Order: sequence, then structure tokens, then C-alpha cells
Amino acid sequence: MEYFIQQLVNGITLGSIYGLIAIGYTMVYGIIGMINFAHGDIFMIGAFVALISFIIFGLTGVALPVILLLVLLIAMLFTACYGWTVEKLAYKPLRGSFRLAPLISALGMSIVLQNYVQVAQGARVKPMQPLISGGLEFFKNSEFVVTVSYLQIFIVVLTVILMGIFTYLITKTDLGRAQRACEQDRTMTALLGINVDRTISITFIIGSSLASVAGMMFVLYYGVIDFYIGFLAGIKAFTAAVLGGIGSLPGAMLGGLLIGLIETFWAGYVSLEYKDVAAFSVLIVVLIFFPTGFLGKPDIEKV
Amino acid sequence: MEKKDIIQSVKDSLFTGVIALALFGPIVGLRTASKGEGLFITPQWGIVFILVGLCILGRFLINLNSARKTEFTFFSKFTSKLSSVTEEKAKHLAITAILFAVVFPFLPFTDRYFMDVAIMILTYIMLGWGLNIVVGLAGLLDLGYVAFYAVGAYSYALIATTFGWSFWICLPLAGVFAAFFGILLGFPVLRLRGDYLAIVTLGFGEIIRIVLINWYEVTNGPDGITGIPRPSFFGLPFKRSPDEGEASFHTFFNLEYSTMHRIIFLYYLILILALITNYFTLKIRKLPVGRAWEALREDEIACKSLGVNPTNTKLTAFAIGAMFGGFAGSFFATRQAFISPESFTFIESAIIVAIVVLGGMGSQTGVVLASIFLIGITEMFRDLEQYRMIAFGGAMVLIMVFKPKGILANRKPTILMHGDKK
Repeated sequence: MEYFIQQLVNGITLGSIYGLIAIGYTMVYGIIGMINFAHGDIFMIGAFVALISFIIFGLTGVALPVILLLVLLIAMLFTACYGWTVEKLAYKPLRGSFRLAPLISALGMSIVLQNYVQVAQGARVKPMQPLISGGLEFFKNSEFVVTVSYLQIFIVVLTVILMGIFTYLITKTDLGRAQRACEQDRTMTALLGINVDRTISITFIIGSSLASVAGMMFVLYYGVIDFYIGFLAGIKAFTAAVLGGIGSLPGAMLGGLLIGLIETFWAGYVSLEYKDVAAFSVLIVVLIFFPTGFLGKPDIEKV
Repeated sequence: MEKKDIIQSVKDSLFTGVIALALFGPIVGLRTASKGEGLFITPQWGIVFILVGLCILGRFLINLNSARKTEFTFFSKFTSKLSSVTEEKAKHLAITAILFAVVFPFLPFTDRYFMDVAIMILTYIMLGWGLNIVVGLAGLLDLGYVAFYAVGAYSYALIATTFGWSFWICLPLAGVFAAFFGILLGFPVLRLRGDYLAIVTLGFGEIIRIVLINWYEVTNGPDGITGIPRPSFFGLPFKRSPDEGEASFHTFFNLEYSTMHRIIFLYYLILILALITNYFTLKIRKLPVGRAWEALREDEIACKSLGVNPTNTKLTAFAIGAMFGGFAGSFFATRQAFISPESFTFIESAIIVAIVVLGGMGSQTGVVLASIFLIGITEMFRDLEQYRMIAFGGAMVLIMVFKPKGILANRKPTILMHGDKK
């Protein structure tokens, strides 16, 4: 039982990270109907920017909460630039091209970003000393002590706050309204005087910023990153987006949590070696049996 | 050009510079390196300024005389010229290329290194042709093609090391296994829409690799399989000193022993395998199933309404593509004599997809040109391995943006309603 609770806590933490990345996939899919294959690498760049900022601020000796806030903002800002540029260079010229064109372009972009970071930052893994240590312990009298570290609390709380801000942005502001309108009908939205290109760019900026937060959490949580982390994390987050129903924002978060839980429980109870297989199998099974996911709308193709 | 425009484009270029600074500043400018314990930062501002400067200059030039447009027309003129030439003289070109390929091992400048590169290029041509059936003809983006390559290689290696059967028995078996895996995967997933299919095949490729790494009892895990038997020349092994009472290739033909014999044999082997793939593709394109593939690629709904069963039709393409992948895999295994999961990563799939996409989906000549270009030329700059992958990815993006049908666009229908109108 205690072991189960421990896995649950770990799973929720991991799920928060996946959920934040999944939002980027699902938003882009909702608005332009493409799988942004390079999104996982945007997350990786976010993690690198966060790591670099942590090292720089670590030398200055500023208080920890200030560092966290600054790194968060810096990572979001710089990573958003990447998301914006990638959209402008690789996806925007392809609107109206054949269906697989943006996917191939995104694949190319993903290869470029990975190898670019490998060249710029080196291929070796980058370790970082833990910044937030300690935690709360439960069930001290039993055999297995459940530990909820402050870091896990920080990650979950930050995710909840960001989700709150994000939901407000999408449901209550003009920007969110424009975005939802673009999802429904881009031509009509343009006719009503909304700048569609700008809205799409902002979608990419928001998606990349959330991915960069996930990147920062990844650096803090695992303490080690390399240029290749975006691939696996990206696939898992995409699975999360599909599981929750692609195009649905609450679905992305839900799917993220589920994938996080499935992965930790699989690693905890079934086998550690095959934990990545679990995520891929879930993806295949979900796509075959419920392609609309939990909260998605059915995709009807019109002639 | 008016003054206002110039001011505008200067502003625009400076904005580009700011963005470029934001992009390159942290990632390129602040390189992390571990020294002892922990990470330290080595600034590299020089490179950043060069990159930012290049971005500003490039943007300004593009704005100033819309350089992109003229360059682009030149580029598209060149490629359309190229594709019309290759189309008109397809027969002559093909015969010349095959003749060249046949005499290549005996040309005076050909040495061991050239042969190795040529074998590698031919392997990729074969893989590209195999994948072209799936991507180019049937229009299914398969990002996990390397899985079938791996299945072919491992089934060849396992059968050959366990039962000691000869290459010529194992090769078709490996192809059958790979095709079987293709059907196994394809049957459930081929109903999915194009982009989902791409991701699922990618996932499948990774599953195969993870299983190969972890299934110690059979695959020997990350250590791979060693001692895979080399192929023999119709029963004559390429050994310096054959066993008692056994003839070897060089003793049988009274030749001086040379390791080149085996290399040349391997070269012809892959050349023949690749040509079989090509011949098969060209023939099957003209059969009903091949036409159904191309029709499905163009419009799935129309096909359904005409009574073509999309799942079964796609399944045949998938299985046949997988089979050729399996053949290539067993060739790879016998050539290397050693295989490990390392050789079957996602990047390998991406390279094969890049070859097909850059060559022009559906174009057999395009695959050859793209393989020679991507594998051959980059092989010479092996030290710049990482830059080579950046160039690969960048080329994929550029092709999609400027010439989405590939360098040699060949999506002409193989049959027209009112004859071939020119």
C-alpha cells in the first residue's frame, strides 16, 4: 500500500511534466491540424536554457525562490523565441500543402534542433546538483516510508498554477477567443478581422513556453539532461495528448497524468526495462481503439 | 526602391538580429562543460556574433532585392530541367548507370574504401527503393522502417548462427519474417490517418529496438550477435585457408587470395538485390494493386467509393516494403558479421525517409541521386558527422518549403484516361 502511494506521487509528478508538454501538441494540432514533431526538441531546448540559467544564477548566490522565478521567466522567453521561429521558418510556408508536408518538415526541424544542440553544447550528459532537497515523510512506522519531496510539491503546484493561468487565458480573454475561433474555422475567423497568422504564432509561443517550464522541471527532477531527451519525452507527451483527445486542452493534462501514472506503475510493478514500451503500446492501443481519446471530438472527414 | 522601403527592411533585419541573438545567445554562446564536479560555462560570444551578423545580412539581402525569388526560380528551373531530362532519357540513363555500377569494382581508381562506400550507398538505395513502395507509391509515411531492417538482420543472424543454414536459405526467410512483422503491425494500424500512422510506426520501431536491447536470452542485448557467417560463392567460402577437402573461392578459380574477392562479391550481391527491388517496383506499379496504391495516395475517399479496400491494399504495400527492408537487413548482417541494436536507431529511419523525400516521393531515380548525394558526399566529411545531420534536417525542411514534391518530382499517374497527351 505504501509502495502504491509512493508510485502514485511519483506518477503525478511525472504526469505534470508530460501534461505541460502535451498542451503544446494539442494546441497546435487543434489550430493547424499538424503534429508538431519538433515540440519535444523545443522542450529539450527549454531544459538547456534552464540548466544554463541555473548555473549562472547559482554562482551569484541569490535566494532560491528568486532563482527559480528568474530561471522560469528566462526559459520561457528564450524557448518561446525558438517556437516562434520554427513556426515561421518551417510550418507557415506549408499551409495548404499536402497533408504529410508539415509532418516531414517538422521531422527535419526536429533533427536540426537535436544536432544543433549537440554541436553547440556537446554530446555528453549534463549533470546538475539538486537545488531543492528534502521532503515530507509519511507512514514512518511502516516498513516503507513514503517520501513526498519538496521538489515534487513544487512541480505539481507550479503545474496547477500554470494550468489556472492558461485556462483563464483560453476561456476568458480575447486572445483565447480568437484562438478557439481559429480552431473552428480559419477562413471565417480571418473574414471577421482576426489576424490568423498572429494567433497561430501566439499559439506556438504559449506551447513553447509551457514546454520550457516542463524542461526546467525535468532538469530539477532528474538532475541530468542531454540533447536527446526531447525525443522520448516528446513521444510520451504526444501519446498523452492523443489519450486525452487531441485538440482538447483539459484532455492533454488528463492524458499527461495518465501517461505519467502508467509509466511509473509499469516501472514499479512490471519491469523497469520495458517502461518506454508501455508508453508506445498505450499509444498504439489508444489510436486503434479510441482514436478520439477521452475528451476529444470525432474527426469527420468531409469530401 | 524607395527610401521608406529601405528603412523598413533595415528595421526588419535588425529585428531578425534580435531574434537570432535570443536564439543563439544562450545555446551557442554559453557552452556548458563539466570540469571535475559540476558544470561550468564557457562563453563563445564570437560565434554568436558571426551567426547573428549572418542572419541580419541574409535577411537584409532577401529584403533588398528579393534574392530568394530569383534563386528559387533558378533552382526550380534547374530541377525541372533535371527531372525532364531524366524522364526523357530514362532508359539510356538507367542502362548507363547499371553498366557503370557493374564495371565499377574493376575501375583503376577503385580501392577498398571506395568499395565500402559504394556498398553502403547501394544498401541505402535498396532501403530507399523498398521504402519508396510504402511512402512514394502508397503514400504511407513510415517512420519506423528501420524496424523491418532490424527484423531482417536479426532473423538472418539468429537463423544462420543457430542452424548454420546458408545465406541463400536465410535470405528469403528473413524477408518473410520482416513481411510477417509488417502485416502484424500494419493490420491494426493501417486504418489510421496518415500522420497518426507515422507516429505509430515510429513507436513500433522504438519498441523493436527496446526489445532487442532487453531480450538477453535471444538477442544477447546491447552486446549484439557476433560471428554471423559470411556468405559463400555458391558454396565456395572466401577463406584464405579452406578446411581439409574443401575448396575455397580462390583455390577453385586458381586466383591469388585477396580480401577484395569477398568485397566485390558483396558489392554485386547488394547490386542485384537492389535491382530486383527496382524491377519489382516498376512492374508492380503497372499491375492493378500498384495502381490502387497510387490511387489511394491521391484520394482515399474516392478509392473507397470505387470499391478498393484501403486496408488490404495498404497492407500489401506495407508488407512488400517490409520484405525488401528484411532483405536489406540480412545483407547488412552478413556483411558486418556483427549486429547490435545500435545500428537500428530512429535516426536510421529518418535518413531513409529523408532519401525518399528528397529524391521525390515515388521517383526511383530520385532515390538513387539522393542516396549518392546524402550518403556518398557526406561520407567524405565523416568528421563533420553532426553538421551532416543538421544539413539533412535542414534539407528536409527546405525541400518541403520550396519543392514539396522532391528534387525529381514524379507523381505522374502511370495511366491516363485519354492516352498520353503531351
